[in-house]
Amino acid sequence: MTMPYYASAEQVMRDRSEYARKGISRGRSVAVLTYADGVLFIAENPSSTLHKVGEIYDRIGFAAVGRYSEFESLRVAGVRLADVRGYSYNRRDVTGRVIANAYAQTLGAIFTEQMKPYEVELCVAEVGETSEQDQLYRLTFDGSVVDEPDFVVMGGQADAVTGQLRENFRAGLSLSDALMVGVRALSASSPALSGNGDRGLLPAGQLEVAVLDRSRPKRAFRRVVGAALGTLLGDRSAGEQAPEGATHAHTPSVPQPGTPAGLGDPAAPDTAGGTAGSGEGSGPQTGPADGVGGGTDGGS
Amino acid sequence: MDGLTQSHTGRSGFPPAYLDRVGSSFTDFLAQAAPDLLPSRRPVPSVQAGDLTPHGTTIVSVTYAGGVLMGGDRRATMGNLISSRDIEKVYPADSWSVIGIAGAAGIAIEMVRLYQVELEHYEKIEGLTLSLDGKANRLAQMIRGNLGAALQGLAVVPLFAGFDLDAAEGATPGRIFSYDVTGGNYEERGYAAVGSGSLFAKNSLKKTWRSGLDAGAATRTVVEALYDAADDDSATGGPDPVRRLYPIVYRVDAEGAVRLTDPEVAEVADTIISERAEAERRDVGEA
Repeated sequence: MTMPYYASAEQVMRDRSEYARKGISRGRSVAVLTYADGVLFIAENPSSTLHKVGEIYDRIGFAAVGRYSEFESLRVAGVRLADVRGYSYNRRDVTGRVIANAYAQTLGAIFTEQMKPYEVELCVAEVGETSEQDQLYRLTFDGSVVDEPDFVVMGGQADAVTGQLRENFRAGLSLSDALMVGVRALSASSPALSGNGDRGLLPAGQLEVAVLDRSRPKRAFRRVVGAALGTLLGDRSAGEQAPEGATHAHTPSVPQPGTPAGLGDPAAPDTAGGTAGSGEGSGPQTGPADGVGGGTDGGS
Repeated sequence: MDGLTQSHTGRSGFPPAYLDRVGSSFTDFLAQAAPDLLPSRRPVPSVQAGDLTPHGTTIVSVTYAGGVLMGGDRRATMGNLISSRDIEKVYPADSWSVIGIAGAAGIAIEMVRLYQVELEHYEKIEGLTLSLDGKANRLAQMIRGNLGAALQGLAVVPLFAGFDLDAAEGATPGRIFSYDVTGGNYEERGYAAVGSGSLFAKNSLKKTWRSGLDAGAATRTVVEALYDAADDDSATGGPDPVRRLYPIVYRVDAEGAVRLTDPEVAEVADTIISERAEAERRDVGEA
């Protein structure tokens, strides 16, 4: 396909990231938290069959937001890579870093080479022998990887949820405490609850919860569903409105216009390892560029 | 979904085959992405190769009230030599099923590894466990792929057993499937045995096994059948109290597949040995 008009590379990249970010911001949020015995995934997801969280390998889990068909094919690719590697070498030789690198390369290639970038954001989590060895990798649509220490939040309300977690998260929480902190943070900015004035907690039916449990011998991944989830949520959810006040009443339905550092910003081309402002949407460029014909055509 | 174009082949991310959303079978995927890793894709020398690898021997499996048991002896042979006294020939296939192997050990162990990944892979991609019949069929296809090698003396004949989570009310949840080298797949009633000592093991089970046994009594029939097989088949090893080597026994019940600990199996084996020694002494005393 030929470009009808000239568009600078910077312009094209910016348009693509704008497009991807818009797609991602429409979705509901996912939070991935470390807790005392492993890693906890909490997704706001009313469907019980179309998962946003999945198992990659023995100690590795996956969470995603954005367009389902795209992150599902990436999840499958991750499972395949892990299984081929584990089969041809050894199960111990499959690490989260390998999976995260493959995602980064693939997302980066799609972002630069295809008209339409993937509208996804991923988290690859690996549970280690001790909590110091737990790894959380956040991968964005352009292929940047960030190694996050305590938690990763992705999706439309990521900034608001991150703000909530900053205040309430502590390292080494128990499973039920971590779940409570995460659910409260997601609930505080969930569009599903924004209609009514008092913001309750998301009910179990709206949540997809899974853990990578360090104490499980081989396959650490376990979904928390049904009665187990009800028990973990139930004993606390009564009378849980106190902390949510006006502080984080943030209902962003419009995408954050900012660009993460490194994207379309030649001064910071490398985002591996993250920058101070990454994840906050606080990059230098703001505002969507006025439409230049032929920049993106969104062909999916 | 926009298919990935060939422009990505040169990058070091996922090769295109990884992102194709076709099928949930690991074997089928390997056939596309890395066919050299598949045992069935390798050329087989057109000479008898049976002496190149150790052979594993007797595997027995029995159902009982709460599920199914599988046991295997510990011997592998190469011709007239014992090549291993502590080989393991029974493996968990996944949480609810076990597989035991008789035949060319090298190929058999590779096949078990592939089969384990196959089941786990399906589970992860689909979010569901295969049905027990589906697992049994899948294994039949892998055996079928090995027919060429089988004809050169590298036959692998597995025994597959599992707990059927979809079993109808009243039906026994433990089920056993046996195979032949062409991939024929036969469901067995009650008990089954494969390998060189299977004739003797089956004869033993014929006398000791009854339907509706409890786990303890059924474990005894398994260990006793292996003892009888070792008695008459030189390629099957009996319990070895000197080296503390006892048969490997797996139990699959509603809780999943667990390997019985060595002390548990040792106790059963020691009981059988002492009872037989006692009977022998009585015979001699009366004579």
